[in-house]
Amino acid sequence: MSKIYFSKEHEWIEVEDDLGTVGITLYAQEQLGDIVFAEVTKLKEKVLRNDDVAVVESVKAASDIFAPVSGTVIEWNDLLDDAPETLNSDPTKSGWVFKMTIDAPEELQELMDEAAYNKFIEELK
Amino acid sequence: MPQIKLDKTPLEMFHKEHGATMVEFAGYSMPLQYQLGIKGEHLHTRSKSGLFDVSHMGQIRLTGVNVLKDLESLVPSDLEGLEVGAMRYTVFTNESGGILDDLIVTRGDGYALLVLNAASKAAGLELLQENLDCEIELMNDSALLALQGPASVKILNELVPGVDKLFFLQSAEFTFLGSPITVSRSGYTGEDGFEVSISTSDVRKFVEILLNDPDVGLVGLGARDALRLEAGLCLYGQDLSKEVTPVEASLSWVISKRRREEGNFPGFELIKEQLVNGIKKCRVGISPIGKAPARGGCEIFADGGRKIGSITSGGYSPTLERPIAMGYVEEAFSKIGTEVLLSVRGKYLPAKVADLPFVSPKYFRK
Repeated sequence: MSKIYFSKEHEWIEVEDDLGTVGITLYAQEQLGDIVFAEVTKLKEKVLRNDDVAVVESVKAASDIFAPVSGTVIEWNDLLDDAPETLNSDPTKSGWVFKMTIDAPEELQELMDEAAYNKFIEELK
Repeated sequence: MPQIKLDKTPLEMFHKEHGATMVEFAGYSMPLQYQLGIKGEHLHTRSKSGLFDVSHMGQIRLTGVNVLKDLESLVPSDLEGLEVGAMRYTVFTNESGGILDDLIVTRGDGYALLVLNAASKAAGLELLQENLDCEIELMNDSALLALQGPASVKILNELVPGVDKLFFLQSAEFTFLGSPITVSRSGYTGEDGFEVSISTSDVRKFVEILLNDPDVGLVGLGARDALRLEAGLCLYGQDLSKEVTPVEASLSWVISKRRREEGNFPGFELIKEQLVNGIKKCRVGISPIGKAPARGGCEIFADGGRKIGSITSGGYSPTLERPIAMGYVEEAFSKIGTEVLLSVRGKYLPAKVADLPFVSPKYFRK
C-alpha cells in the first residue's frame, strides 16, 4: 500500500516501504507556467530534507525542486529530458521527477496529506 | 519594510477581470501573463495579433520651434532630418558615452513625441528639463497600447481606417469616438504592428472592441520579453546601461553620419574614438547548444576557462523551441559562430555566438 504526502514546496511524494517517488503538484505546474527544461542536479547523491535536487525552467524563470525528506536520489525521470512539458500535462503521474530512498521515515509525518495540502493552497489563493 | 504603493495603468481592473497574473515592474502593477500563459501568448502574437498594455512607458510631448535640434544635444542620432510623422530609435548618452536610456522619437508638426522606458521616466524628464528650452509635458492622461502580429493591420484598420497606409516607423493622428489618437506602425516584437496612444478615458472601450475580434489575444510582459529577445531588441537595465556605449551595444547605426562628424552630444569624443579605433567588448547574440536556458547574469567563458563576458538577457524561444540569449563578450570573441562556454549552475555548457535577430522581423517597410 502506497501513501502520498505533500510538501509546502508544492511537491508530492508517493511512498512505498522505504522508497519514494517525487513530483510537483498541479498547483506548482500552474504557477510555473510552460516548462521548457528540467535537469537533475543530485543524482545518486545523499540529500537532506529541503536540499535542492533538480531544476525546472519555465519560460518565466528557473525553479528548484527540493527533497521533501532526507535520503538518496536513485533515479531521474528520463522522459523529462526530451519532454519537459510532461511536467505541465501530467505532473502527478508520467511527469514524476525523481525517486529516492527514505532515510528518516519520521520526517514524512511533518508533510501534509492531500486534504491538508488542498487547504494549504486554498489559503494561498 | 514599508509597503511600496505601485502605480497602476488605466487598465488595471481590466487586466484583473481578464485573469492576469499581476507583477511589479518598474514601480507599476503590470500583467505578467493572462490565462493562456507566456508561451501561448507569444505564439499567438507571432501567428495572429497580440494586444499589450504598455501604458507604464513614459510618453512625453515636447513643444517648441527648435525642439528636434535641441533634442539632438542629448542623443547621437539625426533628428532634424526626420519628416513629420517619422520615428527614430535612439539613446540618451552621458559624458562618458554610456547609455542613459533608449527611446523612440516621433516628429510631429511643431512638436516631438518621446517614448521612454518606465524605469527611466523620471530621470529622462529631469534630463530634458535641465537641457531643453521648450514646453515639456509628461502625458499622464494618455494610455499606450501595442497591437502586434500579422493579423494586426487588418483588425486595427477596421477600427481606425487608414492605419494600413502607414509604413514601419511612421506615425499619424487619427480619431476614435471623435477623440484624437496617435497611431504608429512600430513595436517591440519584430512583428508588423502598431502602437496606439489614446486618452485614459477611452482606452478601455478601445481594447474591448479590439478583443471582440477572435484573432486578438491579450499578451503580458512575460511574452513581451521573449518576443523582443527573439527580435534582438534591447531591454534597458539589462542589455543597455550607463556602463556601455552605443558602439559597444552594437547600436552604432543610431549614430548618424552627420552626427559622427559634428558631434555635439554627450560622450562624443569617446564614442568617436571607439568608432575609429574599435572597442574591447560588444553585444552579441548567444545560442546555447543544449536545451538549458542561460539567463541574464550567466558568465561567458572561452575554451580554457577565461571569463570573456556575460549574458544580459536569456531564456527560451517559443518560436524556435530552443534557448536563446544575448550578452557582451570581448571583441575578439564576437564573430558569429565563435564557440564559447556558459556557466550554468556550476556546469560549463557549450554555446555559439549568433547573429541577431534570432527571428527575422516582419516590419512593413516602404
